[in-house]
Amino acid sequence: MKRLWIRLAFTLFLLAGCSEDSAQDKLVLTGSSTIAPLVSEIGKRFEALHPDVRVDVQTGGSSRGIADARQGLADIGMASRALKESEGDLLAFTIARDGVGLIVHKDNPVIELSDAQVVAIYTGKIVNWKDMGGNDAPITVVNKAEGRSTLELFLDYFKLKNTVVKAQVIIGDNEQGIKTVAGNPNTIGYVSIGTAEYDASHGVAVKLLPVDGVAASTENVRNGSFPLSRPLNLVTKTEPQGLAKDFIAFARSTAAEAIVKKQYFVPITH
Amino acid sequence: MSRSRTDIVLVWSLRGCAALAGAIVLLIVVFLVLESLPALQHVGLARFFTDASWQPSEGLYNLTPMLWGTLFAMAGAVLVATPLGVLSAMFCHYYAAPVVARFYRRLIELLAGIPSVVYGLWGLVVLVPLIGSLHPPGPSLLAGIAILTIMILPTIALMADAALANVPAHYLRGASALGLSRWATIRGVVFPAAKSGLFTGVILETGRAIGETMAVLMVCGNVVQTPANVFEPIRTLTANIALEMAYALGDHRAALFVSGLVLMAVIVVLVAGAERISKGRVYG
Repeated sequence: MKRLWIRLAFTLFLLAGCSEDSAQDKLVLTGSSTIAPLVSEIGKRFEALHPDVRVDVQTGGSSRGIADARQGLADIGMASRALKESEGDLLAFTIARDGVGLIVHKDNPVIELSDAQVVAIYTGKIVNWKDMGGNDAPITVVNKAEGRSTLELFLDYFKLKNTVVKAQVIIGDNEQGIKTVAGNPNTIGYVSIGTAEYDASHGVAVKLLPVDGVAASTENVRNGSFPLSRPLNLVTKTEPQGLAKDFIAFARSTAAEAIVKKQYFVPITH
Repeated sequence: MSRSRTDIVLVWSLRGCAALAGAIVLLIVVFLVLESLPALQHVGLARFFTDASWQPSEGLYNLTPMLWGTLFAMAGAVLVATPLGVLSAMFCHYYAAPVVARFYRRLIELLAGIPSVVYGLWGLVVLVPLIGSLHPPGPSLLAGIAILTIMILPTIALMADAALANVPAHYLRGASALGLSRWATIRGVVFPAAKSGLFTGVILETGRAIGETMAVLMVCGNVVQTPANVFEPIRTLTANIALEMAYALGDHRAALFVSGLVLMAVIVVLVAGAERISKGRVYG
């Protein structure tokens, strides 16, 4: 309640056209729309700890995050990928990792799919489980709705375009995906690894398939060996100072771990 | 003098309430138009109906399959629920013993109070696997129609119930004085007298069927396509907004507001059509 009053008073302050605003410390972050919701949440917690700081988060894609950090338009850039060789002039700080796991029903006899098989299933070239040694049953393909970062990572890894994917079900959030797969023994889908691992270990009838021979687990996402994963990076041009340094340290600390998990990403801390 | 002053206060407060209700509708329309303007300017209205498909990330924005999805799901549910609802009200009024009727009415009211997400969850874990075992994949137009039917059934059943209760008692006494049978009374006297009430019920259930989002999103499969049969998955306009709004930016976001605008247009057409059919006495 008190916080609300402070906000209200602050808003009125701004409305009155007072120039006090410039006395506030402001931290601007721009870039990846995958990281933006996470950084917004971390930013809110950071603002609560530092009442005179405002964290401003803007999206526009990883490329914008890199460009803005390089040109100094943003204090910190956000990029949902590792830095390229041509970006060696920048510094990257990983705050979490994003991993996507393929899931099938627990009773499905198939225990492994090659990358080529996954591509064939998602483009409608394989339509029956018996082609992969499974039951003689049609495959129900579950895809994600447009705009989700899991979709982006999945398409990117398998070099697919969303226009060629032939899905029977399109889902929104991870839980809906897991319920869909658990409810139909012939489905295949993909969701954030954190959610799938939690549900599978709590008796939900789904199982995670390995990708490229690597078991799908948050541990393998954390240590970087799981291929269907990517780092979520904060990018700066120079060694961060002052506020930017504090913010990056906070985002990488155990204090931010709960926020990371809540957004179905994998924390880098233990 | 004091009496007329009370009247003036009453009249003006009623006018105020009416203006408020009207203004809210207008504000919603203005808001929808403003938010969808960027897409209408960049993409143009025609392309929302002529593009190859709905792929906002690749600049394709065809809403037609979702419009069909919405209309099919709605029409299917209304066609099944209306006779069921009217028959249930008839049973309640003219055939059931008073104790049974009272109990039955409470039951229908209870049905009306169940939140839609509960129906959706039940549909997802029970109905969809059931349909899937009959005819894969499972999430389908049929599942959507079934869930919507259950959801709008209480609306039409209760509205029809109220409409039948409003039939003047002397009509019924007159009918029995003429020696009409129960069915002849219902067909020849009750239905014509309750017609506008029943029609209002149909309008309300249709509105509810169009607007329903969560339950439909959970059972329909959400694939953007014009369904060839009831076992194919569909995506409705409401589900489209709910699915993609959280992560949409720029033109994609504005295109979702266009979905809302199209939905609004469908409802306007429906209400206008209903007004025409009933010659302006829908709510009379």
